[in-house]
Amino acid sequence: MSVLVYIDSKDGIAKNAQEAVFYGSKIAAKTGGDTIVVTSGNLDNDALSALGKYGASKVIAHNSVDLDSQQLTKLVADVANDNGSKVVIFSQDLTGKAVAPRVAVRLNAGIVSGAIALPSDDFVVKVNAFSGKAFSFVKINSEVKVISVLPNSLQPEEGAGTAEVQNESCDLGASKVIVKSRVEPTGEIDLPEAELVVSAGRGLKGPENWGMVEDLAKALGAATACSRPVADSDWRPHHEHVGQTGVAIRPNLYIAAGISGAIQHLAGVNGSKVIVVINTDPEAPFFKAADYGIVGDAFEVLPKLTAAIKAANL
Amino acid sequence: MITKSIKNNPMKILVCISKSPDTTSKISFTENNTKFDEAGIQYIINPYDEWYALVRGIELKEANGGSVTTITVGTASDDPTIRKALAIGADNAVRIDAEAKDAFFVAKQIAEYAKDKAYDLVLLGKETISYNGAQVGGMVAELLDLPYISLASKLEINGTTASITRDAKGGDELVEANLPLTISASKGMAEQRIPNMRGIMAARSKPLTVVAPAEVAETISTINYEMPPEKSGCKYVDANNMEELVDLLHNEAKVI
Ligand SMILES: Cc1cc2nc3c(=O)[nH]c(=O)nc-3n(C[C@H](O)[C@H](O)[C@H](O)COP(=O)(O)OP(=O)(O)OC[C@H]3O[C@@H](n4cnc5c(N)ncnc54)[C@H](O)[C@@H]3O)c2cc1C
Ligand SMILES: Nc1ncnc2c1ncn2[C@@H]1O[C@H](COP(=O)(O)O)[C@@H](O)[C@H]1O
Repeated sequence: MSVLVYIDSKDGIAKNAQEAVFYGSKIAAKTGGDTIVVTSGNLDNDALSALGKYGASKVIAHNSVDLDSQQLTKLVADVANDNGSKVVIFSQDLTGKAVAPRVAVRLNAGIVSGAIALPSDDFVVKVNAFSGKAFSFVKINSEVKVISVLPNSLQPEEGAGTAEVQNESCDLGASKVIVKSRVEPTGEIDLPEAELVVSAGRGLKGPENWGMVEDLAKALGAATACSRPVADSDWRPHHEHVGQTGVAIRPNLYIAAGISGAIQHLAGVNGSKVIVVINTDPEAPFFKAADYGIVGDAFEVLPKLTAAIKAANL
Repeated sequence: MITKSIKNNPMKILVCISKSPDTTSKISFTENNTKFDEAGIQYIINPYDEWYALVRGIELKEANGGSVTTITVGTASDDPTIRKALAIGADNAVRIDAEAKDAFFVAKQIAEYAKDKAYDLVLLGKETISYNGAQVGGMVAELLDLPYISLASKLEINGTTASITRDAKGGDELVEANLPLTISASKGMAEQRIPNMRGIMAARSKPLTVVAPAEVAETISTINYEMPPEKSGCKYVDANNMEELVDLLHNEAKVI
């Protein structure tokens, strides 16, 4: 019984795609079957064959970009049916959020979104609930099962395998959603999937002071984020806004400078493995959620931290 | 911002409204961590549904005519949140009278209700803040065989074409699609509206239709809940000693 993993391979294999393949292969290893990857994108076969490192035995590649959710649903559901796959894995990224629920409906499958750990033998999956204030354990009872994996929830191990690549050119119909233009990413690292994040709030006083946030992010190779009032005042682009009404993230390290730590902010970042808080106010609520705290002025601390990172040369 | 200049056809708009615990609520569980403890929980309309999907639907109606119907899968305890949606400006409301068991159950009820009513737009929030599944929208779209545009931060209608700005990896993209459509709203699609006294009075006499649920087989079940481990406490580092912080992050926390 094979496990099918859908990943997007436009312009490269993102870390969250590696995670999804690795997650699928771990399930396949238990249930005894192949890990098949189905992908749409523009990579050549050598690049796709390297997915074997994360446990894929076969890659079925549809060479196309900008497929809409109906086309992707047809692609994934047809490959699942052709291969008799009983488990279908997605990454809970933008595409996964749009397509996984559709595929589940089409395959009459139960679905759990945002898995943060591998399922148990009887398919109980751990997910975040109540804006990260609790976990819930959800059992999938149907014969076919769909799971989407929250980015940065597990560390993929690299093995030695290579995958057989098969090009697929089935007719998916015309796209009903036409992409007209695209605002290219501002930061170099995409926030939802970033392992390291440097974030700042109203304590930075104004957009002209973000250079020191960007310098630290650059020194670390981190993505940048901000609190909601910062995005609302257009100091920073809205997709950097984290929290209950913005993006929920789960990096290994979250550095928060000049952010008070309101509960709605915490809702988006409390899944971070390690939190560093920099705040002039020793009573700021964020310190209660922090692993490391620096009581001090961000205007002095951030440049010092950047210098220390550079000096450590990690 | 209300769409101006182009006069569009009046649209039939369906907005899916759910309730979620106010974020400041303290979360706890009963019956050996198998049941969410509702005692003392204040419910609000899920912010994405209220601030963005509902308000944008109302703006489009105000500009072009047509109607905004809200639909909620829930019990009578949802009625206050539904009345609030009516006070903000929806024309009428439907409640499918059942506990919202899981996303598929909810989606199936919405699709069953909507399937023969020819809505031009089905609007949802991008996710509920209680379970953050982001599942219902895609499922409704699949059940109604409609395109699904998720995480939309702008929505303009021009005749029968919708122009939508949606989140894309690290940025935004502008897409176009023809009605009818299913769209999930993220921040930016509209500005929050506070219901005024007139709206609140009017809401009392607006129709709220209660409909019996369809049978749906259960595909998932929640086994239990768990609270995250307590933080062991914050370790303070001197503001003049960032070398120590770097050392701790590298050697103790092992995150850099
Ligand atoms: C329904 C709802 C949803 C919300 N959703 C979100 C959300 O998704 N995300 C979000 O972030 N917020 C959200 N909020 C807003 C949230 O409640 C807070 O108002 C917001 O997070 C505060 O932002 P802040 O910490 O940047 O600003 P402030 O609360 O003003 O805090 C600024 C902090 O900077 C510190 N400071 C000042 N000067 C310095 C300095 N020189 N160096 C270091 N520190 C300094 C201050 O001590 C203070 O702690 C929401 C609110 C509501 C009601
Ligand atoms: N019980 C419900 N009744 C009506 N609409 C709902 C319900 N639950 C969720 N929705 C809609 O579906 C969206 C996504 O929810 P979810 O898939 O649970 O994250 C919400 O923002 C609502 O618009």
